[in-house]
Amino acid sequence: MSRPRRPAGAPATSPGCRILQAGDQALVVEFGDAIDARLNRLVQALDRRVAAAKIEGVIESVPTYRSLMIVYDPLRIRAAALRRRIEKLVPKSAAAEAPARRWTLPVAYGGAHGLDLEDVARAHGLSTDEVIALHSGAEYRVYMIGFSPGLAYLGGLPEQLHTPRRSSPRLRVPASSVSIGGIQAAVFSVEIPSGWHLLGRTPERLFDLRRPQPFLLAAGDRVRFLPIAPAEYERLAAITARGEVVAECETGA
Amino acid sequence: MKQASTGVVLRVINPGALATLQDRGRMGYQRYGVPQSGAMDTLTFEIACMLVGNEPEEAAIEFTLTGGSYALESGRCRAAVAGAFTVTLNGAPLPPYRAIELRAGDMLRIGAGTVSHGSARGYLAVAGGFDVAPVLGSRSTHVRSGIGGVDGAALRRDQWLQLRAPAPPDSLPLALDPRLARHDPGPIRVLPGPQDDYFDTAGWDRLLGESWRMSPQSDRMGMRLEGARIPHKGDYNIVSDGVPHGAIQVPGDGQPIVMLADRQSTGGYPKIATVISADLPRLGQLRPGDGLRFARVTIDEAETAARELAERVALLRRALRPAGILG
Repeated sequence: MSRPRRPAGAPATSPGCRILQAGDQALVVEFGDAIDARLNRLVQALDRRVAAAKIEGVIESVPTYRSLMIVYDPLRIRAAALRRRIEKLVPKSAAAEAPARRWTLPVAYGGAHGLDLEDVARAHGLSTDEVIALHSGAEYRVYMIGFSPGLAYLGGLPEQLHTPRRSSPRLRVPASSVSIGGIQAAVFSVEIPSGWHLLGRTPERLFDLRRPQPFLLAAGDRVRFLPIAPAEYERLAAITARGEVVAECETGA
Repeated sequence: MKQASTGVVLRVINPGALATLQDRGRMGYQRYGVPQSGAMDTLTFEIACMLVGNEPEEAAIEFTLTGGSYALESGRCRAAVAGAFTVTLNGAPLPPYRAIELRAGDMLRIGAGTVSHGSARGYLAVAGGFDVAPVLGSRSTHVRSGIGGVDGAALRRDQWLQLRAPAPPDSLPLALDPRLARHDPGPIRVLPGPQDDYFDTAGWDRLLGESWRMSPQSDRMGMRLEGARIPHKGDYNIVSDGVPHGAIQVPGDGQPIVMLADRQSTGGYPKIATVISADLPRLGQLRPGDGLRFARVTIDEAETAARELAERVALLRRALRPAGILG
């Protein structure tokens, strides 16, 4: 793991995995510095192996696009010992993946629910229906949950919809907004400031403390979007307002 | 399964600049985007806990810059304030770091900090803790996402806080020699990384050579530092990765931000260095305008410092003495 660091900004090379010290309470295992499904599969494969290894002193791990942060207690395990344990766990390839959960999230596109749908369509010379068909026709991978509780960053946005972020971010974007920014897609969980384009809104709640499992999505899940009419949005939103889940979930390969 | 109320109620007369319930922090949920939170100065927090006989898993009130005032509305309880602040009970000065018994009608006033460097935060603990249900395994408040504490919010004027213990414990109240609770002076120690390769010697010379000033635009999420600009070697955007506690991230403007208890779990700025765990409590005691310096250490030195801090906590526990009944 003591390969020389490649220069910042150079293309991700594999297996260019590095274990970085991040203070005396965390190690970061970095597989590359790109937004890339292959890197993300490696991150999540290592995450599962670290969880299964139940290493004394490891408190939690945080999977992101291209790295896994492993948080530990320096009084219970020293960095050098943890590093040796982790080195043995780093996967060479992520070919065999655990069966993923496949979610179908209903989305009301456009109008008040998706303020930027028309702008995005115009920017790409598409009709709004074409944007909806492209966005809801793809299957996405949850690359990571981050920034705010339950916010899902998704990979797999069709190239025709890659759109630079807004030049001026909005100070408040509603919870459950379905959005795109650059080459990524996301579903927001709570109200946040954001410069991403809002295509629609799901009546589902990605974060609800009243549920036994407060977080709907986890890294590695697959997500599809199902277009629904505004009236259906209202009907489903009334159900999720009671703390129930309306999104469908299939488990298995 | 809520227990019947004990009838012991502490009323927030004035929460000061910011008061929140905090414990050791929310562990295990950063993968879901939930910040860790927890006491900003875990050492002083732990002293408050030990003065009233609580485990550090219990939450205390963390107050900021000025303590505010609290009245016991009904019942009796044991309480203690830890931190370099003036404290009065019904108007009479109270020695610091001393547990006391409160009776209905008693008024505890916590004033301003008593030392120029190192009295940004203090802790008010009550024996048995506050009757607040943990959220995701912790009572720590994260105001931004509305999680933990009382309704996910900072304490408000006239709020009633129920206590879990129906009466003070039978043991004698404890006190600690305040000199033992002082934070060590000296630079804040850092380990390079995780993105130290985004910076060259010019960046490192700035980080270690400059005297930094804590900006008023700092909070529990991050401490913004004012001073010379830290140059990046090249790009200053990275693909988002995990943000460790104490990470010093350097955005495009070159002004570093130390990421603290309420930091977001992931972020996209390069992190030149990370403050070692043993020095995070000291950082939590700096006030806007205070100066600080950084010093680079090795992982071995950081691990030794972590063990020394743990040994110090054990020593403090043995140094507790009965204080006699006051008030």
